[in-house]
Parts: sequence; C-alpha cells; structure tokens
Amino acid sequence: MHELGVTENIVNIALAKAGEAQASKVIRINLVIGELSGFVPECIQFYFDSLSKDTIAQGAVLHFESVPAQLCCRDCSAIFHPEDTLWSCPQCGGQSVEILKGRELYIESLEVE
Amino acid sequence: MKKIEVIQNVLEANESIAKRNQQLLDKHKVFAINIMSAPGAGKTSLILHTMSRLRAKLNIAVIEGDVASTVDAEKVQNVAKAVIQINTQNMPESCSLMAAMIEPALKELPLDDIELLLIENVGNLICPSEFTLGEHKRVVISSLPEGDDKPIKYPLIFIDAHAVIINKMDLLPYVDFDIATFRHSIAGLNPKAEIFQLSCKTGEGIEKWCSWVLKQLETNAKTIEASHTS
Ligand SMILES: Nc1nc2c(ncn2[C@@H]2O[C@H](COP(=O)(O)OP(=O)(O)OP(=O)(O)O)[C@@H](O)[C@H]2O)c(=O)[nH]1
Ligand SMILES: [Mg+2]
Ligand SMILES: [Zn+2]
Repeated sequence: MHELGVTENIVNIALAKAGEAQASKVIRINLVIGELSGFVPECIQFYFDSLSKDTIAQGAVLHFESVPAQLCCRDCSAIFHPEDTLWSCPQCGGQSVEILKGRELYIESLEVE
Repeated sequence: MKKIEVIQNVLEANESIAKRNQQLLDKHKVFAINIMSAPGAGKTSLILHTMSRLRAKLNIAVIEGDVASTVDAEKVQNVAKAVIQINTQNMPESCSLMAAMIEPALKELPLDDIELLLIENVGNLICPSEFTLGEHKRVVISSLPEGDDKPIKYPLIFIDAHAVIINKMDLLPYVDFDIATFRHSIAGLNPKAEIFQLSCKTGEGIEKWCSWVLKQLETNAKTIEASHTS
C-alpha cells in the first residue's frame, strides 16, 4: 500500500508546520487530491490515525478536496473533463490528450490550536 | 483556532530523494532504467535477455523489487554484475518501489564498476506511476494476454513512459490483441514514447530494444559530460 509512505510525509509536514507556528494541537489537515491520482483517501486516513498517535496531530481530521481532471486535446486545444475512459475530445473526437489537472496531492492548509 | 497556509506537495519527499539518487548515478556514470508492468508481463525475462545481449559491452546491475520472494533475484544472479533484492520486510504489501528504497540499495552497489542499472519494479500498473526512483528512463511492458486496452484503463503509467514494450508477440495468433489499437492509444496519451514489439520467448525484437538502450545510455553520458565542461 503506497499510501503508507505518502501518509508519513503528510504527518511530517503537518508536525513541522504546526511546530513552526508553536501550535499545541492540529485539528484539521486540508488536502487537495486530484481525481486521477491513485491515492485512496480512506487508506490515507487509516494510516494517519496510527502514524499520528502520541503526536500533536493525533485525532486530526483529514479533509480531502477533490480536483476534477482536466484534459487538453493536442489536436484542437479544447479543454475538457473526461466523460469516459476513452478520454476522447468532445469537440473533435481526437484521442491525443494531455493532462492539465487531476494528478495532484498536496496539503493546502492546517487548522491548529 | 488558527489556519496555516501550507501548499506543499506530499509527493515532494519522494521526488527529492529521487533527484538525489539520480545525482549519485550520474556522478558514477550509471544509466538507470525503471521497468514496470502488471505481474507476469515479462520484466524478469526482458532483464535476462537485455543482460545476455549487452553484457559483452556493459557491466550491468539489477535491483529487484519483487516483494514476496527472491526468485527473480536468483534468476538474474548468474548474469548480472551485482543484484540487490529490495528488502521489503519493513514494508509489508508494498505495491511499488519508492525512491527511499532505492537509496540504500545504491549504497550497496559497486557503482564505479557499473554502466547500466536495470530496476524491476513491483508488478503493478497503478502505484508505480506515482513514484519516480531516480531512473533516467521509465519503461512499461504490456504483454499480449493482458489485452490491448491497458493504456485506456491505466493511462498514468503510460503517460510518463519513455518506452512502451509489447511483449509476448509470439502469442499473437492465439489472442485477441489489436496491435494498431494499442499503438493508437499510446500515441494519443504519449506521442513521444518509443514502442517496441518483441518476444522474450523467440528473441524477436530484442535487438532493436537493446540498441535503443545503448543509444539512450550514450546520449545520457554525453549530456552529463557536457554539463561538466560547460
Ligand atoms: N510465450 C511467451 N511467454 C513469455 C514471454 N516473456 C515472458 N514469458 C513468460 O511469462 C511468464 C512471466 O514472465 P516474467 O519475466 O517472470 O514476468 P515478470 O513481469 O517478471 O513477472 P513478476 O515479476 O511476477 O511480476 C514466465 O512464465 C515467462 O516465461 C514471451 O515473450 N512469450
Ligand atoms: Mg519478475
Ligand atoms: Zn479536440
């Protein structure tokens, strides 16, 4: 489960930032996750609960905001959301596409006390 | 309560270790290829063929990411200059290699005696697409029995590949795999990817693949040299 390594990073970043802000508790971590990224939020939460034990992030809520995929057609430059697994362009039917958005996974902000 | 803006990529930690790995490889003039595929598509077979064809010209090392066993490492043992089996004892059910697993493996390898490093990733088409290891080239193998729709089902891994290999070409008469459909999907997702059709059973197409490897290795060596002199 590759979420384990990723969750370690989330805990490390949250603790470092909360430490810089001299916070005593992390209440909530706001994450942004792309629709196309292969990470499973439930799985990240699961690892988070165990990795954050006995830290100031214990009990924090992970909030995931999903970013819809955005593709760009290489033939006609149309920007669109893929409606099927074929990823074909709704404007010209082309299948040569580039991903503009949807692969990200980042911490947007923390809520601390 | 207070809100702290962060905006920090969670995958950055992996990427910065990957960058460090690549710097180390470049320093020792080692060219690394990350080989990815679904289980059983032919990663180990391709590594064995590549070694037997190129070992007269190059010293080759292998990193085996097989999580469950050492069988693949044992197979390549006799031919490779050095083999490292990634120790996954502390990483149960790992579904992909990550840069932090490669870092200690590189410390164990005699990098000065090696020119080519072949890394066999864990058999999986989803997870390895999220992690770079420090490799110079990423290669994905699809084999005929898997069907020609893999690029549509698992686009991310194909989008970042430098080369895509269609393996088990010897099985073409027996399976429904439309080569043109597959190539068309790859061309759409990743027009720059090189596509090789080969068979690790008959050896067909292996030579062309090996020439590509040699050429990429030489090009990389020149790029590194140029950056040193400039
Ligand atoms: N017919 C045929 N069989 C092949 C070919 N290449 C590999 N195989 C067979 O496919 C099976 C799997 O090959 P491996 O090279 O072990 O595949 P792998 O990707 O390393 O497998 P894992 O490490 O288990 O994910 C073996 O039985 C191979 O002999 C090929 O070109 N044609
Ligand atoms: Mg194998
Ligand atoms: Zn279009």
